[in-house]
Amino acid sequence: MPDETLDLPVIQRVLDHHRETPGALLPILHAIQAGVGYIPDAAVPDIAHALNLSQAEVRGVITFYHDFRTAPPARHILRLCRAESCKSRGAETLAAQLREQLGLDDHGTSADGAVSLRPVYCLGACACSPALELDGQVHARLTPERLSALVSGCLQEVKPC
Amino acid sequence: MLKLFVPCDSVARAVGADQLADALSAEAQRRQVEVQIQRTSSRGLYWLEPLLEVETAEGRQGFGPVAAEDVAGLFEALTAAPAEHPLALGLVEQIPYLSSQQRLLFARAGITRPLSLDDYRNHGGFEGLAKAALLEQAEVVAAVLDSGLRGRGGAAFPAGIKWRTVRDAPAVQKYVVCNADEGDSGTFADRMLMEGDPFLLIEGMIIAGLAVGASKGYIYVRSEYPDAVHALNEAVLLAREAGYLDTTGSGVAFDLEVRVGAGAYICGEETALLESLEGKRGIVRAKPPLPALEGLFGQPTLVHNVLTLASVPIIMAKGAQFYRDFGMGRSLGTLPFQLAGNVRYGGLVERAFGLTLRELVEGYGGGTASGRPLKAAQVGGPLGAWVPPSQFDTPLDYEAFAALGAMIGHGGVVVADDTLNMANMARFALQFCAEESCGKCTPCRIGSTRGMEVVDRLIASSDPAYRADQANLLHDLCDTMQYGSLCAMGGMTSYPVASALKHFPADFGLASPEAAQ
Repeated sequence: MPDETLDLPVIQRVLDHHRETPGALLPILHAIQAGVGYIPDAAVPDIAHALNLSQAEVRGVITFYHDFRTAPPARHILRLCRAESCKSRGAETLAAQLREQLGLDDHGTSADGAVSLRPVYCLGACACSPALELDGQVHARLTPERLSALVSGCLQEVKPC
Repeated sequence: MLKLFVPCDSVARAVGADQLADALSAEAQRRQVEVQIQRTSSRGLYWLEPLLEVETAEGRQGFGPVAAEDVAGLFEALTAAPAEHPLALGLVEQIPYLSSQQRLLFARAGITRPLSLDDYRNHGGFEGLAKAALLEQAEVVAAVLDSGLRGRGGAAFPAGIKWRTVRDAPAVQKYVVCNADEGDSGTFADRMLMEGDPFLLIEGMIIAGLAVGASKGYIYVRSEYPDAVHALNEAVLLAREAGYLDTTGSGVAFDLEVRVGAGAYICGEETALLESLEGKRGIVRAKPPLPALEGLFGQPTLVHNVLTLASVPIIMAKGAQFYRDFGMGRSLGTLPFQLAGNVRYGGLVERAFGLTLRELVEGYGGGTASGRPLKAAQVGGPLGAWVPPSQFDTPLDYEAFAALGAMIGHGGVVVADDTLNMANMARFALQFCAEESCGKCTPCRIGSTRGMEVVDRLIASSDPAYRADQANLLHDLCDTMQYGSLCAMGGMTSYPVASALKHFPADFGLASPEAAQ
């Protein structure tokens, strides 16, 4: 686990910025995650204090929403769409291919921290199914070959020292 | 100078529009040809994306789908004989898929640049606001009532009645909230509109604010749509700089803020969305009180889907009568249908209510992409029923679909061929409900998980009597969820499950429709 106290200045800046925002908790959590990469546990008491909430309320919100992470993410996040439209164009076969190529389950993270898999239910690319999102970029009209190339791209990258 | 148009829509980009634009400017540089490449919204003819359009004296000529590798050859053709290129489509506006549509909401789609206020104004933008600003609040509300506009998010509640309720509610602070949490799979019209024509939504919200006396608006967009979030944020800044927000000329201040969801499907339910905007878990509220009376932060709040609010400028600019002349029965105006899934020509089809599902799926869609037999279409998102081809002649009308035990919802249509197993899809609907349920009411929270178990047992068994038993149990559970859940999430998860069981009993290993009853 990284030293979370290093992130406290970022967190404080976010809290100062949103002090007057009504219903500020989601914007605050998004901003912290954008700055730090995840919501560090050390941020929870400060958020709770700033918004006059209990820590339990803040944790309740963090755990309710799929987007918020409480640990550092993998270097690449691959979200394959598993909703009806993509299923009707073979998304489940692609999901099986992913599991096999990476040796991970649908929510898995590779041991070297290269890739995390997450299912997603609709990216709005339904007219060009199947689709996935890799590090924020949507790729549609996927084929098994294209998926395989995208995954290899993630894995081949040299590990930063 | 060559004037080219390439969409900047996120799905056009997902199939290579950025690479196309880059290849075009590189090739132009290599040939020392002067070009201007405008990044417009998408026409919604997605099977042709990336769609390249070239300005000519007759209109815009189309080429698609164009890969970056095609660019060198295409340049050759552009200067010589464009019509003979294998990717040539002729004049884009004469493509039958497009020319047969009735585009009101998507009138500017593929034509204008999303963040150009000049483009927006030159194509009729802000005419509705100009007219509304000259009217009394009650007259604007009356126009919305008269237009017959109903909520486009799925529930189809008459919009004007909501407007009247919020306007008549006494309060110092009222809100307009746009539900842009388009979580329903198979739908993408909200995404296209927000990415491609954000000022239309902003104009609709300003008019709504004026009419109901709200000074603050929120657009709650799902996080899966980062391009829409970006376009809206930029558009709000531009509209504010241009004086459309804050001061509208009639003395009423209105300002807008874009808020981003965090991956919870349930936040598309209006009361869960309000909870989320307030910074809480997206837990559904019991109604009453109606959000129109006690909504965001306990104040009267007008909550509408993107398409509902975006319809308002058209109603104001062209009149309620113009709008209600489209459609049939009590389903008036147009709906942008979204053709998706295993369909040959997927895309956006904006038509007046009343065309049949067959015209949409077979006429526009051209049948399945795989070429295999059509099995069913799921209409209205993940909570919509699977409709078998025998019912495809039903007109797309809210009441006609309700009579089938189905719904039009937000207009998404997902097409499936005969390889899609409907028992698996029924199980998926229950699994999705189990994952996304807010947990407040028991039928949804517990029923979804019990439902998955029943489907699993049903599929695994080889004993016909036991299977029939489990099918009965599943029917019973669907009833409990439908009538006992607090909101549409649990209430309508029964639609895809019960329709799959009714129309495709063989997929569950059941002998006949009778056995499934």
